[in-house]
Amino acid sequence: MHIKSMAEYAANGESPEVLFWVGCAGSFDQRAQRITKAFAQILDKVGVKFAILGKEEMCTGDPARRAGNEFLFQMMAYNNIQTLNMYGVQKIVTACPHCFNILKNEYPPLGGTYEVIHHTTFLQQLINDGRVRLKEGGDFKGKKITYHDSCYLGRGNNIYEAPREVLKALDVELVEMKRCRTNGLCCGAGGAQMFKEDEPGNTRINFERSSEALETGATVIAANCPFCTTMLMDGVKNKEKEDSVMVLDIAEMVARSLAD
Amino acid sequence: MQVIQQIFFILCVGVAVYFFSKKVGEIRRNIKLGKDEDLSNEPGARWRNMVLMALGQKKMFKKPIPAVLHFAVYAGFIIINIEILEIILDGVLGKHRLFAPMLGGLYSFLVGFFEVLAVLVWLACAVFLVRRNVLKVKRLNQHELDGWPKNDANLILSTEIVLMTLFLMMNTADLVLQTRGVAHYTITEPFWISQNFTGLFEGLSTGTLIAIERTGWWLHIIGVLGFMVYLPYSKHLHIVLAFPNAYYTRLQPKGEMDNMKAIQNEVLYMMQPELAPPADAAAAPQGFGAKDVKDLSWKNLLDAYSCTECGRCTAACPANITGKKLSPRKIMMDTRDRLEEVGRNINKNKGQFVDDGKTLVHDYITTEELRACTTCQACVEACPVGIEPLDIIHELRRYLVMEESNSPQEWNMMFGNIENNMAPWKFSPDERDKWAEEMANA
Repeated sequence: MHIKSMAEYAANGESPEVLFWVGCAGSFDQRAQRITKAFAQILDKVGVKFAILGKEEMCTGDPARRAGNEFLFQMMAYNNIQTLNMYGVQKIVTACPHCFNILKNEYPPLGGTYEVIHHTTFLQQLINDGRVRLKEGGDFKGKKITYHDSCYLGRGNNIYEAPREVLKALDVELVEMKRCRTNGLCCGAGGAQMFKEDEPGNTRINFERSSEALETGATVIAANCPFCTTMLMDGVKNKEKEDSVMVLDIAEMVARSLAD
Repeated sequence: MQVIQQIFFILCVGVAVYFFSKKVGEIRRNIKLGKDEDLSNEPGARWRNMVLMALGQKKMFKKPIPAVLHFAVYAGFIIINIEILEIILDGVLGKHRLFAPMLGGLYSFLVGFFEVLAVLVWLACAVFLVRRNVLKVKRLNQHELDGWPKNDANLILSTEIVLMTLFLMMNTADLVLQTRGVAHYTITEPFWISQNFTGLFEGLSTGTLIAIERTGWWLHIIGVLGFMVYLPYSKHLHIVLAFPNAYYTRLQPKGEMDNMKAIQNEVLYMMQPELAPPADAAAAPQGFGAKDVKDLSWKNLLDAYSCTECGRCTAACPANITGKKLSPRKIMMDTRDRLEEVGRNINKNKGQFVDDGKTLVHDYITTEELRACTTCQACVEACPVGIEPLDIIHELRRYLVMEESNSPQEWNMMFGNIENNMAPWKFSPDERDKWAEEMANA
């Protein structure tokens, strides 16, 4: 399968239906690359005409901005907006809620206005439109699954239902954690915490959240963010439950359940 | 004698109003020390927030038990204060139960209704005291509340109980005096609650009863006036400021951070020097982020005065839950404490702030606290009156990183990687689409 870049589309005088903004985690992190590949595979399978920026994509500047380095954020944003506007990008889908939030909410005041969709919303739309068709009795049917709301999709942008709708379409038995939706507990990665050690405390935030997820008795913890996925996997490993409990992105779950 | 009472009463009201207005004026001035921020857009949505959050206490009902109790105190407080109108008119005019003859049966109904509310307030405050001091609910017993904040809370609750007791006691004595046909005591229908307690007072002499009734009346109104003077010094100020604060709370998505136009322009001129305006040597160098309260926006400062230290933010904070030093409530308390300190400094120095060598960051809020935040917005979501501790954290972080270059080593590496490799990790930008090549080859 060949994934075309914006440059290739432009060279042929064509434009894609949507730009897939992969993000740094999705591009470089080995665990997150599996999410990227799963999502690309779904898009390809159902015939969505999509492009990536490839080597022209840069960090959105999110971790720099959250840490307080506005200058670096503005530089990254300037460069990315130049690229996106040069290609006349209209619609962006991304599998990272941090990229989603910043592209959707924080680029417009800087001159970069696009229709930005998180991949779980996009998947829900594809399922509703009948473009994504799921296997009868797929891998997750009837399985006890809990869903972790990422901060920047949930509280940050009030998207709570789309990912749950996708899980419903997979026929799972959704069990909620005590702290869910608006009360969802962070995985501990946001605000540039991913890139530094925790401040001194009793425990790590991801351990706390993973324990809560494990208490539901779910065999899969569904996530919508590459950082949450990493944090929760570490937490599950810490409890030595990695053999019985999987942490999966919703795109990975859909990719495994596609009808032939 | 009556005239002396009237003069004394008017004096009490005057003194209370004077001190209350003076402090309110200072708070207004302190809030205006903050930077300008235009929050006048979408008045419709803002009124809606005020009605739902402040008046309707929508977010309080996430925790139903304290919400119901709080609602009783709140409704009681607002409605019983209608009675204050009569008390003030009686006091000024030297009358007793001025409205009774005008309203007839309705009067007794109203007073009876106030009495029911008074009992509810009494009970709710008692339960609140138990929650704080006996059950020791975690969020009401954390470190940042040690000392004055705990005393403040207990003082408010005890005062409410005393005021309600005085109100009921005064009515009970009044009813007994009415049955004895004592002059001045207008005959009313029995009041719903106090009529059940008249037995306690029947053995007392008329003189004693008048003393009890008058003492109850005076202590009640002096208590209310004292409470008014005390209010702007207390966390209890939220009963007033919850309304403007809910009105001015941010409307954009919680995930959105405010743009810094100054830095946006700086980057723009660096990239496209032809757009840069001619250098203005006279322009004062501008600091980035917030080092002290005056660098925050007026809304951040209004937030600080609106906070009643309930700790819902801290109870929801992932950093605090896992034992880190960060507590969003402490961020708000520190901001208010520092702002009050700056205000006292201004009062002392004839309206000018004289540098005291202190700042909000470092002297009140440490880097360790600021660095523990995951920006998850749980504190903002939790606040029943629309306070945004995260906004202050963002501004202080901006100051630390951009003015002091004060960031952990790992963050400096992350910044370096973003700058050089266009990703927060040390990967070559050439490998960004390696996953796509792998898929092509699969």
